[in-house]
Amino acid sequence: MNLSSPHPVNVAWGIALFLVAIAALSPFLRLRRRVLLRALMPAGALAALALAGAGFAGLTGETSALALPLGLPDLPFRLRLDALSGFFLVLLGGAAFGVGVFANGYMRNLDDTTLALYCLWYHLFLAGMALVLLANDAYAFMVAWEMMALSSYFLVTTNHVIPGVRRAGFLYLLIAHVGAVALLLCFGVLQGGHGAYTFDYMRGAELTPFWASVAFLLALFGFGAKAGLVPLHVWLPEAHPAAPSPVSAVMSGIMLKTAIYGLLRVSFDLLNMQLAWWGVLALGLGLVTALYGVVFAAVQSDMKRLLAWSSIENIGILVAGFGLTLIFHADGKGALAAIALTATLYHAINHAFFKGLLFVGTGAVLHATGQRNLGRLGGVMRSMPWVAWLTLVGVLAIAGLPPLNGFVSEWLLLQAFLMTPALSQSFVNMLIPVAAGTIALAGALAAYVMVKFYGVIFLGQHRDPKLAQAHDASGAERLGMLWLAAGCVALGLMPVQVIELLAPVTELLIGQSLPNAGSWLYLAPVNADRASYSPLVFLLVVTAVTLLAFVLVRRLYHGRVRHADPWDCGFPEQTPRMQDTAEGFGQPIRQIFVSFMRVERDTPDPFDRHPHYSGASLDKLWFGIYEPIARLAGWLSDQAGRLQHGRIHWYLIYSFVTLIFLLAFAR
Amino acid sequence: MSQSLYLQVVNLLSALLLLIAFAMLSQRRVVGLITLFAWQGLALALSTTIVAYSTGQHHLYYSAALTVGLKVIAMPWFFFRLIRQLDAHREVETLFNVPTTMLVGIVLVVFAFNLAQPISQMSGTVTRSILGIAMASVLLSFLMMITRTKAIPQVIGFLAMENGLFLAATSATYGMPLVVELGVALDVLVGVLILGIFFFHIRETFDSLDLKHMESLKER
Repeated sequence: MNLSSPHPVNVAWGIALFLVAIAALSPFLRLRRRVLLRALMPAGALAALALAGAGFAGLTGETSALALPLGLPDLPFRLRLDALSGFFLVLLGGAAFGVGVFANGYMRNLDDTTLALYCLWYHLFLAGMALVLLANDAYAFMVAWEMMALSSYFLVTTNHVIPGVRRAGFLYLLIAHVGAVALLLCFGVLQGGHGAYTFDYMRGAELTPFWASVAFLLALFGFGAKAGLVPLHVWLPEAHPAAPSPVSAVMSGIMLKTAIYGLLRVSFDLLNMQLAWWGVLALGLGLVTALYGVVFAAVQSDMKRLLAWSSIENIGILVAGFGLTLIFHADGKGALAAIALTATLYHAINHAFFKGLLFVGTGAVLHATGQRNLGRLGGVMRSMPWVAWLTLVGVLAIAGLPPLNGFVSEWLLLQAFLMTPALSQSFVNMLIPVAAGTIALAGALAAYVMVKFYGVIFLGQHRDPKLAQAHDASGAERLGMLWLAAGCVALGLMPVQVIELLAPVTELLIGQSLPNAGSWLYLAPVNADRASYSPLVFLLVVTAVTLLAFVLVRRLYHGRVRHADPWDCGFPEQTPRMQDTAEGFGQPIRQIFVSFMRVERDTPDPFDRHPHYSGASLDKLWFGIYEPIARLAGWLSDQAGRLQHGRIHWYLIYSFVTLIFLLAFAR
Repeated sequence: MSQSLYLQVVNLLSALLLLIAFAMLSQRRVVGLITLFAWQGLALALSTTIVAYSTGQHHLYYSAALTVGLKVIAMPWFFFRLIRQLDAHREVETLFNVPTTMLVGIVLVVFAFNLAQPISQMSGTVTRSILGIAMASVLLSFLMMITRTKAIPQVIGFLAMENGLFLAATSATYGMPLVVELGVALDVLVGVLILGIFFFHIRETFDSLDLKHMESLKER
């Protein structure tokens, strides 16, 4: 190792160790809150930023590898930092820095023990994710993967005194481990029967199409469980409302992306072939997930549950993009595969920033008001302007409005869809317009969801008089949100530069990068005649038109401006309860997509003096898949319980019969 | 005496051991059971001594002495004292009727001989034909444990099973190394002491040594 310019992988490994050291220190500093809050947690946030730096160096520079003096005898942990790992490290570090700064302000109200435990698990969680991205053999990967899953389980159950939180944590842990078993089997298939579990070896392993497909399906299942692909999504809407907001932000923004990383790593890097039907499968699952997620997001009335469903939608879009890349790549359409892959990667980093921003925004609101229920919020913008304006940036970004970042990636993905008539398989050609339509529908519904989310929380009047006293975010919280919002804006305004940075990743995975036919200002993925986009020009025009309109209105209508309560609608007597509610806003979607869900309503009697309404739209898949499995497991364990008579003679007979059986048949 | 005569005597003693196992299966009284157990131990010790003398395996003398000391003297004495303290001189009842149990026992013996035949052909010792008897007495002792409802007969069944294993060891391989035998003997001794303490606790909790009361301990 050259000390003057160390390899990025060594730097990244050092930072991961540093994070583990922070985690190990924090329980001993339980009674020193100031040290935890002023030294350890800022150091953790800065370490995350340094990880992003190391990732950037790996993204732009040479691939570097490292074998650690750790692990089992003859089976050391191997790390490697190539462009793909580097890109995801940038994603991890960039978003985790903002969330970490925010958490520094947010976590101040925790008691000593909870704060120290949070500090322990949070930094282990970050280190685990970084090691997942760096791992270069199956052993190190699985160890890091489990470290990530277990530490995030403890983060989800931070408020473990509440039974619902423990239940959510258990569900998460269960699905995470079912997925991990699938991954273990996947690596078992990938090594091709030679017993070498390093990724370097797997890259060279020659699998038959059958075994390659088995490996791919296992990877899709395992990583799908972590990402929240339908029907393995059920833990997400339970875990996110249970977890503290910064944890939700990291889990949704970053941890779900490690599953996308794993899918890309296994499918394009480790497997020696890519088949088109894998892509069709992934595309179909992704589209179903996207639509399912956004429809359920539209009918939620808990703000964190709404964001969790929205994360499921975004994962669906990412997996659909991944599937499209596979289809193009298997068909030999390199340039189109490059567009789809670029759009997928771009959307992954975008989602990390805007979903992180939205989750910490809801955290600030929850902290100030103590309410997660949209039905008891409203008009928060007036008491919390910082949070409201910064969240607005995230809302516009996730809704896919230019010039913010959400638009660029969704636009690129749709461009990729529009190019598909070039495919050689005609039946896929026929399916693609349906898929493009679904993506467009999901995007439009996502915008609808965000109007509901923002409008019901921040706009209108206070549904509860206490909301007027809500305090705005503290300094550290504002700083964290500003960083994430700035990320959303920067990623939106500089698509050409971002795509240039993504080129090494696409080169690594599919051997081709996205050609930009435009200039530094204009992004034109295929050629400039077909489609081009320049957010800077767009922003300038929008700003100019707005200013012009403002000046004109001021000049022409000056003095005739009338002030009125917002959403007054001309009624002289109205109460805050007469505003449109979250349930009311979601009603049309509930009506249209009623076949997706089981609606349970409790309508009050007309003569009830104190009427109480409650309604819930429940996930049909839970009743269709998970409840039967749970009942089957319960039934099986009941049957096994019958073996327990409490009579010692029966136990002796069991051993006797086993003995006789073995003697007679196992000769 | 010639080698074949020794073999005859060893076979006779082994057959006696099997016969005692059948007798234990049908014995209803605890006191009788303990006496039979002591006789079984004696038969085992005698056959071990004869094998030791005829083959010149000197460490088998120690094994035989250990058997006499533990299984013929110490444990029966311990059990007699125990049933006096526990006031358990009563009759023991069996779960099934005795003829059925005997028939099942005969089937087990046939099974054991059938099973032991190919194994004893591979064994190079003079006493290899005893292997079937040893396995049969292990299975019979197991059967006795199953058919008894009281705690003390079960423990005696367990110890009788150990007798059968010991016979198998002498017949197939001229005994285990002495260290192993010492270890096993110590284990049996400690096990019996612990079970003796358990007897008191079981009686204190359920007012009886009948194991059917333990059914109430199951989860549902």
